[in-house]
Amino acid sequence: MIDMSPSLVLVVTIAALFAAGVYLLLERSLTRVLVGVVLLGNGANLLFLVAGGAAGGPPITGVTPERQMSDPLPQAMVLTAIVITLGLSAFLLAMAYRSWQLHRHDEVQDDVEDRRIAQLAAVDERATADTDTEGTAGSLDEDAQEARDETDEGATTPEATLATGEDEEPVDEGRGAR
Amino acid sequence: MLILLAVHLAAALSAPTLVRLWGRRAFWVLALAPASVAVWALTWTERVAAGQGPVEVVEWIPQLGLDLSFRLDTLSWFMTLVVGGVGALVLVYCSAYFSASASGLGRFGGVFVAFAGAMLGLVTADDMILLFVFWELTTVTSYLLIGHYSERKASRRAAMQAIVITTAGGLAMLVGIVLLGEAAGTYRLSSVIADPPGGTLATVAICCLLAGAVTKSALIPFHFWLPAAMAAPTPVSAYLHAAAMVKAGVYLVARFAPAYGTSPVWRWIVVVLGGGALLLGGYRALRQHDLKLVLAFGTVSQLGLITLLVGLGTRATALAGLAMLGAHAMFKAALFLVVGVVDAATGTRDLRRLSGVGRALPLTAAAGALATASMIGLPPFAGYVAKEAGLEAALHLDEGALGPVVLVVVALGSALTVAYGLRLWWGAFATKRAVVPESALVGDAADQQADGARSPGTTIHAEAHPDAEPAPISRPSLVLVWPALVLGALGLGVALLPQLGEHLLAPYADTYASGESGHLTLWAGLTPALAVTVVVLALGALAFWAREQVEHWQQGRYRGPEADRLYRRFMRRLDDVAADVTAVTQRGSLPLYLGIVLVVFVVGVGGVLLSRTGLPGQVRAWDRLAQVPFAVAIIVSALLVTRARRRLKAVILLGVGGYSVAGLFLLHGAPDLALTQVLVETVTLVVFVLVLRRLPPYFSDRPLAASRWVRLAIGLAVGLVAAGVALVAPGARMHLPQSQEFPVEAYEFGGGKNIVNVTLVDIRAWDTMGEISVLLVAATGVASLVFLSRRGGAIFRAREATTDRAVWGAGDDALAALRAPRAGDQARVDAPATNREWLRAGETLAPRRRSVIFEVVVRLLFHTMIVYSLFLLFSGHNAPGGGFAAGLVTGIALVVRYLAGGRYELGEAAPVQPGVLLGTGLFLSAGVGLVAQLMGLSVLESVIVQVDLPVLGHVKLVTSLFFDVGVYLVVVGLVLDILRSLGAEIDRRAETGEDDAEPDDDRSPVRAAARTGRAR
Repeated sequence: MIDMSPSLVLVVTIAALFAAGVYLLLERSLTRVLVGVVLLGNGANLLFLVAGGAAGGPPITGVTPERQMSDPLPQAMVLTAIVITLGLSAFLLAMAYRSWQLHRHDEVQDDVEDRRIAQLAAVDERATADTDTEGTAGSLDEDAQEARDETDEGATTPEATLATGEDEEPVDEGRGAR
Repeated sequence: MLILLAVHLAAALSAPTLVRLWGRRAFWVLALAPASVAVWALTWTERVAAGQGPVEVVEWIPQLGLDLSFRLDTLSWFMTLVVGGVGALVLVYCSAYFSASASGLGRFGGVFVAFAGAMLGLVTADDMILLFVFWELTTVTSYLLIGHYSERKASRRAAMQAIVITTAGGLAMLVGIVLLGEAAGTYRLSSVIADPPGGTLATVAICCLLAGAVTKSALIPFHFWLPAAMAAPTPVSAYLHAAAMVKAGVYLVARFAPAYGTSPVWRWIVVVLGGGALLLGGYRALRQHDLKLVLAFGTVSQLGLITLLVGLGTRATALAGLAMLGAHAMFKAALFLVVGVVDAATGTRDLRRLSGVGRALPLTAAAGALATASMIGLPPFAGYVAKEAGLEAALHLDEGALGPVVLVVVALGSALTVAYGLRLWWGAFATKRAVVPESALVGDAADQQADGARSPGTTIHAEAHPDAEPAPISRPSLVLVWPALVLGALGLGVALLPQLGEHLLAPYADTYASGESGHLTLWAGLTPALAVTVVVLALGALAFWAREQVEHWQQGRYRGPEADRLYRRFMRRLDDVAADVTAVTQRGSLPLYLGIVLVVFVVGVGGVLLSRTGLPGQVRAWDRLAQVPFAVAIIVSALLVTRARRRLKAVILLGVGGYSVAGLFLLHGAPDLALTQVLVETVTLVVFVLVLRRLPPYFSDRPLAASRWVRLAIGLAVGLVAAGVALVAPGARMHLPQSQEFPVEAYEFGGGKNIVNVTLVDIRAWDTMGEISVLLVAATGVASLVFLSRRGGAIFRAREATTDRAVWGAGDDALAALRAPRAGDQARVDAPATNREWLRAGETLAPRRRSVIFEVVVRLLFHTMIVYSLFLLFSGHNAPGGGFAAGLVTGIALVVRYLAGGRYELGEAAPVQPGVLLGTGLFLSAGVGLVAQLMGLSVLESVIVQVDLPVLGHVKLVTSLFFDVGVYLVVVGLVLDILRSLGAEIDRRAETGEDDAEPDDDRSPVRAAARTGRAR
């Protein structure tokens, strides 16, 4: 069983990494945000190791006796975290580059759409137009007037045939004229 | 009952196909579903009356105690009969009502039948949660049916209004159900009714339940959705808004009344809301011109009456209420169908435009007359029997003032019913002296509202519109008439056998605890109730006779805001509040959001740390003394990073910290981590530098001192909390580590000695699979952000390099002359075998960017690095290394080639698209897992093959090696993608000047500054 008492030097390092990371994370420059994220990542990785117990030998069978091994599980998790941080860094840097392409700087601006909604809310204006429930709703009578079902307008069978017969007539006339 | 529900479901699902095949004739087939329900209910009649109805229980979600339980008692039987019978008739009516070319008939039929099924489930469900499910299903289907003509604004608005109101009530009802179920200890409806829980909780619960009933049944103050819902096609109005759905609320009241009917809160709600709806609906019906609106307000009125009767909680009123429910279903559905016929025949439902319809359509008029007679309570019709029983019950209600009040309200409401009933029939079928032309209708309504003070008694518009002609009448098909005739005749038929009705319905009334049992009868002698009836009829007839005065008086009277308007105003306010909340919480500022997240972390985790945990008993200064210098390096570099104003400085300091972390990993006993960290740190550094080339060298100054202190405070707080977690977490372990068995498992099942690597590729391979998927996504994201429209550009090969533009020679390339093409250059590039160059694409670089030493070193090192990475890959199972480390080493080899020889060199080093590597890698990793499954093992399980080979000796091959190869390929693909996007592509753009084009969507001062800087 691994000794579970934490070592102070790692605790202090973790605190420093977290504090510096958060300080930079709250900046507006995307590069600094990214630097902050990487620092936070390093701090979190160390925290994982510390939570797994004290230092030991490399967890390799045959190299270290089983009792003296450091805990391998957090190591496996941290390993994937390190590589993912690489992917994340590359992605954020690509974003920084894109921001530079568009705006010639890498500052994270406030969301314009959110601002617009806030401004409209301040003067009680609508951000979106809902024509269905808004505006000049007709009275019940007017609405009822418009509500028509798609019926045959009462065409009985004989009348209906008559009507179609009439419809055909102009076609015949057209042929005759030709 | 489950079978019947399945039949409905099948019919609903096949309806679109049936309608496509057979047109509107398909409605005949669809009608079979509700018809089968009605027939089924009829076969159970005698057994239900004897209290031996069927019970079905099928386990659904046992963990929640939720069963599909159904039960047919008298009330359910009666409702089932109504739902099935009227549903079938209305579907038959549909087959002739809609024109064959009407739009959306398939959807209409499907939703209609689905609604019928939901209604059947609702009235037979014996589990309160199940009841709620069906309840909401009827709401949703009714929404779809009201909004059938979805292209019409009025339809959409009405549908939205109906669903908002009924679901709001439905949610309240759900709360009530949960409260009641928890108080009773069971959700079985019959058990709750048999043994109702009491107390305050139950009172709250029944209030919530009644909220559901009131909204569903359109009682005041939520009555306004029902008239608006007349935007639905008329068959829908006939079924949902007369016979079935609005009765769901009544059903709920009827269901719970035997248990709670005598509680004062219940009584107050039922009497006030039911009575109010009864009077208000009747009153408003008197001034409507649209026949459907007259019926809609009439329905509100009748629903109020039924709720009042059923909810009063005595046997006599319950019997009368149930009889009224049945009578109403028959006459109101019939009247809607009749109005539909009139509408189809004349093209209008405005009673001011209709004249002579009765003469032209005698059968329709007869059906209308039968139904109207039942509605206004003329003997010998069902309405009369029910109302008579109701009046009789109210007369004998010995509960203080309640009896007389109910009597007066019911009598008044009935008089109003007589008045609007007569007005309806007169409006639809009578031959009138004067009618109003269509064009003047709506304008007139506005006029009248404007000068409502016009003296009463003016005859309507005859002189104003001398050209007025009644709407033309055509003859509708008989199929449209006979469903209404059947319903109307049924109203007469059942009334002639009142004893039968009493016999069938009495078992329900007997479930009430109090009151004498009532009777259904046609002739009870000269009783006070009969006198009241006579008075009611006389008053109603008087009101009808003076209809014009009444109408004008109403228009002059009413000036308050209508419920509909209030609702709209309320919804508007709700939207405003939502917008305000959004404005307050969504500020669009990333630092603010992150700050809130972090503060929550500090408060939440920090609070738990302070209140729930103690400091560890034992703390060491260090595990190994060598940790101290690394820790100091990390802390110092972290502090300096925060103060750095130059980007490059910050990045280099970051690298120093990162390498030091690798040192700590190594000292902690994690060589794999240390290796990976060093490699990743190297790649990260290069990537940073690649991008920083394009960014300004210094961070822009942000002289906001205050915000800096806030950031510092949050940072320190988070740091402290993290330190606290680091102190507490190791000692908080309660169980043995999961990894206790890993060494043995790794060797025996995973076939490897390096436990971390075996963990990655075998024990927790699913995690790794997820992780490399993330890498793939990140790589794709990088490529798409840079290449924008394509996954990746062409691969730059040295022989395709342009000669007029050198790599990294942008701007004033003073030495361009040195690169002028000489004879033989081309041959040299084409023939690498005779190449004097150290790197194949070295020639493409601007001369001043070239370094011979660098090129030589790269030439010597590259293959060594590749071989080393392969060694790491294959030895990783037993020693530090593995796919991640190997991939990174290969990646660094590519980085070095790129840095030494530019993008053409990169193309020569790795002439593949990174997407191919990424895809192959993921495919390989996943494939290994599938192969294991094909071999009968669990997914991603390792297979160990041991063979003796002549040269290599004993070889132990573990299939997870292929998984690791997949990881390797993905990591190489990631690095290659980064290099091609952030390296090669940015290079190319810098040389062609694409990026220097002015961005056209930006007006920021920063850009202006950049422009002036360049100008200088």
